[in-house]
Amino acid sequence: MANGPLQIKAISGHAGTVPGRDTSRDYDVCKLIDVTTCIGCKACEVACLEWNGYPFRETVFDNTYQTMPDTAWNYYNLIRFTEFTDDSGNFSWLMRKDQCMHCADPGCLRACPADGAIVQYTNGIVDFQQENCIGCQYCVTGCPFNIPKLNPATKKVHKCTLCSDRVGAGLEPACIKACPTGCLHFGSKDNMKDLAETRAAQLREHTSHKDAGVYDPPGVGGTHVMYVLHDINNPERYGGLPKDPQIPWTVKLWKKPLKWIGNIAMAGGVLGVVVHYLRFGPKEELPEGKK
Amino acid sequence: MSTAALPHTPHAGQIQRYTFGERLMHWTTGLTYLYCLCTGLAFYTPYLYWLAYMLGGGPTTRFWHPIVGVIFMVGTIWMSSMWRRDMEITADDKRWLDNTEAYITNDEAHTPPADRFNGGQKLFYWLMLYGAILLLISGVVMWFPEYIPRQYAWLRQTAILLHEIAALATIGGFIIHVYMGVFMVPRSMTAITTGYVTRAWAWTHHRLWYFRVTGKNGQP
Repeated sequence: MANGPLQIKAISGHAGTVPGRDTSRDYDVCKLIDVTTCIGCKACEVACLEWNGYPFRETVFDNTYQTMPDTAWNYYNLIRFTEFTDDSGNFSWLMRKDQCMHCADPGCLRACPADGAIVQYTNGIVDFQQENCIGCQYCVTGCPFNIPKLNPATKKVHKCTLCSDRVGAGLEPACIKACPTGCLHFGSKDNMKDLAETRAAQLREHTSHKDAGVYDPPGVGGTHVMYVLHDINNPERYGGLPKDPQIPWTVKLWKKPLKWIGNIAMAGGVLGVVVHYLRFGPKEELPEGKK
Repeated sequence: MSTAALPHTPHAGQIQRYTFGERLMHWTTGLTYLYCLCTGLAFYTPYLYWLAYMLGGGPTTRFWHPIVGVIFMVGTIWMSSMWRRDMEITADDKRWLDNTEAYITNDEAHTPPADRFNGGQKLFYWLMLYGAILLLISGVVMWFPEYIPRQYAWLRQTAILLHEIAALATIGGFIIHVYMGVFMVPRSMTAITTGYVTRAWAWTHHRLWYFRVTGKNGQP
């Protein structure tokens, strides 16, 4: 990978192993969010704003610690707070960092009509190119996670870039850098999967979270942002994380079969009238009174 | 007629088929539809996205498409106010529609006579009217998707599908309409631009109408 980080393979005069050697650098990046160790400090929210150059803004108080009800075009990253009481009356705070999931099969990209407005890099990052965006918001309809948001002033849609500008320079995303508890991890998808599975197994074995698991939804081809959840069977609990996210069937129908049926029908219509003209030609006018 | 001394009368001996208002209305709907067609096709398929570049770029196209669409709708309402009665499907039209094949194959002897508008034109009118209503309703949703709350996401999804299906249906009618107006029925372009047709044209293509406007009852 041309833009991959410089990775040391061998070190002169060095006793012992080379740190990081043989780790996967076949760069298919992934962010791993271990919600079980998130403390809801929102350092990631601040780091995201700072890196992307967006201003700090008023928060919206609705009786939780959540900064505002939803992400915004200039607020890519939001910790969702949920107060949860389980069957045995145990109370817990569920805190989930919400942002673009960087789907392997991105519904936004499928739905977008504008040439070059959404790109998917080989490393898995799905990025919006605002200069090509026309503001139609088909991406909003295509996204199963409610992520893309319109800037009403410029009519351009924005979302988390997974800090493609940092990752391209070999840095980790800003949110990862800011996380104080280490609940955010960044690396190759394979490495993050291993780490996530290890952590989930640890939770199942050593804690009361017997349903702990990894959220990497297959409905969108897997995602380049994964979660470790205490309860993988109830992702909705975490501020509405969909259990089985899918690109809406209407979008699939519209973008594939219907488009081709329409294309063929339109081309057929034009061809049909041309053939008709060649076969039958124009109508002839009859003299008045002649049948 | 010894009319050598009379000044030139425009359209002398011709029949007025469309008033100025009707022509203005027709071209309002026609040209706005054409714009929406070209810009809509740009969004419809990547193979035609170049149309958006030709028409001022993607954002410009996205800005104007719905506005021109509303003008198209206004034109369609205007059309409806002028032609609704003319467009009602009568027993004569049913006979005409049953013999569409004769009309298509230019077999005039077996084409039942038509009134001011033939059965095909009337079907096209109703197709465009209902198509325009569907396009407008779904189009408003697509115009301002940012005001649709997430729990009504199905509304946005349905609107896009409806918009596409309605557009395709009207495109089918539009292809036939333009082909017939420009190529298949000579001098119908003159009719819709100048408003006048010759008596022979009226006799050939709209015989029942010819009888009505010339006051001749079944006899030429």
